[in-house]
Amino acid sequence: MEHTVNYLVCIPLLPLAGAFVLGMMHMFTCKNPLPEKLYSFLAMLGPLGSLIFTLIVFATLREMPAESRYLTQDLFTWFSVGDLHVDMGFFADPLSTLFLLFVTFIGSLIHIYSIGYMAGEENFGKYFAYFNLFLGSMLILVLGNGPVVMFIGWEAVGLCSYLLISFYTKERDNVLAGNKAFIVNRVGDLGFVLGVAVLFWGLHSALGGAGFDYLNIKASASSLTGGAGLAVCLLLFLGATGKSAQIPLYVWLPDAMAGPTPVSALIHAATMVTAGVYMVARFSFLYASFPLAGDVVAWVGILTALLAAIIGCFQRDIKKILAYSTVSQLGYMFAGVGVAAYSAGIFHVFTHSFFKALLFLGAGSVIYGLHHEQDIWKMGGLKKKMPLTWIVMVIGALALAGFPPFAGFFSKDEILFMALAKGHWMIWLIGVGVAGLTAFYSFRLIFLVFHGEPRDQKSYEKAHEPPPVMTIPLIILAVGATFAGFFNLPSFFAGDSMVSTWLAPSLLEHHSEASRVTEGVAMVLSIAVVLLGIFYAWKTFAFKPQDKPLTGFAKWAEDKFYVDEFYNAFIVQPWIAFGRTISNFIEPNIVDFPIKGTAWLYGVLGMLFKVFQAGYVRVYAIYMVIGLSLMSIFLSQSL
Amino acid sequence: MIEDYLVLSVILFCIGILGVISRRNVFTVLMSIELMLNAANLAFVAFARLNETMDGQILAMMVIAVAAAEAALGLAVIILLHRQKGRLDSNVFSLLKG
Repeated sequence: MEHTVNYLVCIPLLPLAGAFVLGMMHMFTCKNPLPEKLYSFLAMLGPLGSLIFTLIVFATLREMPAESRYLTQDLFTWFSVGDLHVDMGFFADPLSTLFLLFVTFIGSLIHIYSIGYMAGEENFGKYFAYFNLFLGSMLILVLGNGPVVMFIGWEAVGLCSYLLISFYTKERDNVLAGNKAFIVNRVGDLGFVLGVAVLFWGLHSALGGAGFDYLNIKASASSLTGGAGLAVCLLLFLGATGKSAQIPLYVWLPDAMAGPTPVSALIHAATMVTAGVYMVARFSFLYASFPLAGDVVAWVGILTALLAAIIGCFQRDIKKILAYSTVSQLGYMFAGVGVAAYSAGIFHVFTHSFFKALLFLGAGSVIYGLHHEQDIWKMGGLKKKMPLTWIVMVIGALALAGFPPFAGFFSKDEILFMALAKGHWMIWLIGVGVAGLTAFYSFRLIFLVFHGEPRDQKSYEKAHEPPPVMTIPLIILAVGATFAGFFNLPSFFAGDSMVSTWLAPSLLEHHSEASRVTEGVAMVLSIAVVLLGIFYAWKTFAFKPQDKPLTGFAKWAEDKFYVDEFYNAFIVQPWIAFGRTISNFIEPNIVDFPIKGTAWLYGVLGMLFKVFQAGYVRVYAIYMVIGLSLMSIFLSQSL
Repeated sequence: MIEDYLVLSVILFCIGILGVISRRNVFTVLMSIELMLNAANLAFVAFARLNETMDGQILAMMVIAVAAAEAALGLAVIILLHRQKGRLDSNVFSLLKG
C-alpha cells in the first residue's frame, strides 16, 4: 500500500492561504473596507476546502488495512544537525484524521455563524484572517509528522488565541486577557519544548539520524530510560496543562471570554484547548509505559474537573459558566487519557466539540439578541422570544450534563466506566460527583436565561432570534450534539464502538473488561446523579430565583477561590518586583558600571590631553620639532 | 673645513626653527621656513663638495625650486588668512584648539 500522498499539505495550507489573502486585503483597504460579502466568501473557501481534503483522507484511510492505516507527505528537510533530522512533513493516521474531521467541520460551521455574528463590526476582514489562521495553525498541529512540526502549530494557536481574545482592542481588559492567555501558555510551552528536548536526548542514539517523527519515535521508544521517559511525559503534560487549561495553568481560559463569542466557540470546541489531549493521546505509547505519569495526568484532570465545576456553579456571566464547563470537561478528557482509556478521552473531545460549539454559539445568539448583555441574572423568560435558541441550548445542556441519549452521555460515561474498570475508583467517584455539578450548573444557566419571569424588562423587549446564517449552524450542531454519541455506542447497548475501533491502530490501549452488571450499575448511578443535579437546579432557579449576594463558601467559589489573586500575589508580583529590582538596581549599578566607568575614564583622559591641543600653529611646530629630534637621535644611535 | 659649513648650517636651521616657534607674525614664520630650507641647502652643497659628486648640488637646486613654489603658495595662504580675520597674528588662527 502506498503511504505517501501529495495532498495532505493542502489541508493546513488552504486556511493559511486564506488568512494571508484576507489579511493583505484588509491591510490595504483598511480605510475603505471592501464589502463583507467578499470577505465572507473568501473566508469560507479555506475551511471548506480543508474539509473536502479531510474527507478524501478519511476515505483513503478506510480503504487501507487497519494495522497500517496512515498517510504521509514529506515536503522538505527542515534541518539536520548531528543526529537530529527534522523533515517538514505531514502525517495522517486514524487519530489525526478524527481530529481533522471535527476541527474542519465545526470550524467551518463557526465560520458561517461568524458571518452573521460579526456583521457590521469593525475590522470584519481582520477577524476572518485571524480565524483562518487559527484553523490553519490547528491543522498543522494535528497533522505535523513529529513533535517539532507539531510545535509550529502549538505556538501558532497560542498566537491566534492572543490575537482573537484581544480582538476588541479598544478596551484595556480585553488586551490584558489576551496577554494573560499568551503568557500563561508560554509557561506551558516551555514544558513542551523541554519535553521534546529530553525526548530527543533520550532517543538520539536509537534514532541515529533518522527523521524525528512519530513513526521513528514510536519504534525506538523502548530505548528510553525510566527517568527520562517520566520526565518527558511530565514535561509534555505541563505543556498540555497550558494549552488545555488544566491546574495549575487553567486561569487564562475563563478570561479568554473577552473575545467575540464565536472565538470562544472556536477555542473551546475545535481548536486550541483540545491540543493537549491530542498530544497526550499521540504519545500514548510513552504514557502507557510510564503509569506514574498517567496517574498524574488523570488526577490533575479530575481535580481540575472538580474545581472548575464548583466555580462554574456560582458564576453570573453566561460565557464564564461555559468557560468553566470547558475546563471541567477537559479535566474529564485528561482523566480518560490518564487512566489509559485513550479512545474514551478522544471520543469525549469529539462529542464535546459538538455540544460546546453549540452552547457557545447559542450563548452568542442570546448575547446577540440582547445586544451584548451577558449577566444571566439580567435575563429570564427568553423562551418565548427565542424558541429556537432555547431548544438548541437545552439540547446542548443535556449533552453537557451527560443525559442519555445525548452525545456527552456516551463519551463521559465511557471515561468514568474505564476509570472504574481500571481500578481508579476514587477518580470514578469524583467524576460522578462532577457529573452532578455539571448538570446543576448547565441547567442553572438554562433556567435563569430562558425560564421564569424576565428580570430586565428593557433588554427582554428588544430580544429577538438571530438571522438564519446563525441559526442554521446551530441546528446542525444540535443534531450533532444529539447523535454524535452513537458513533461509539458501547457493546453494552449492542453497539460496535466504531470510534474506538477506528482509533485503535493509533493508540496503545489495553481494554479492561468489567462485568455487565458493574457497567449497568455505574451507568444508572451517574444518570441518577445527573437527574439530581437537574432537579436541584430546577427547584432553585426555575420559579422565583433570588439574586442575593453570596456568602461563605459560595462567595469563595464565585470569586474563583481567589486563585487569580493568589497567583498575582505569589507569582506575578514577586516576578514584577524581581524585574523592577533588575531594571532599577542591578542594571544601572552593576551592568552599567563598567560601561559608564570606561566612558568616565576617557573623559578624564581627554581633559588631560586637551591641554596639548592648544590650537596655535606654533605649538604644533614645537611638537614636530621635538618629534623629529627624538627620531633623529634614535636613528643616529642605531647607525 | 666641512665642519664649519655644517655648523653654520645647523645655526641657520636653529634660527629658523626658533623663528617658526617663537614669532607670531605669519610673514616672519614663512621667512623662517625659508631660512631652514636654505640651511639644508648649505649642508647639501657642503656634502657635495666633500664627496665630489653632483647629487647634493642637484638636490639643492630642487630645494630652491620647491622653496619658490612654497613661497608662492604660502603668500597666497597668508593673503587668504588676512582676508578672513584682517590680522596676521598666528594666534588668531586657532581653530584646532581642543
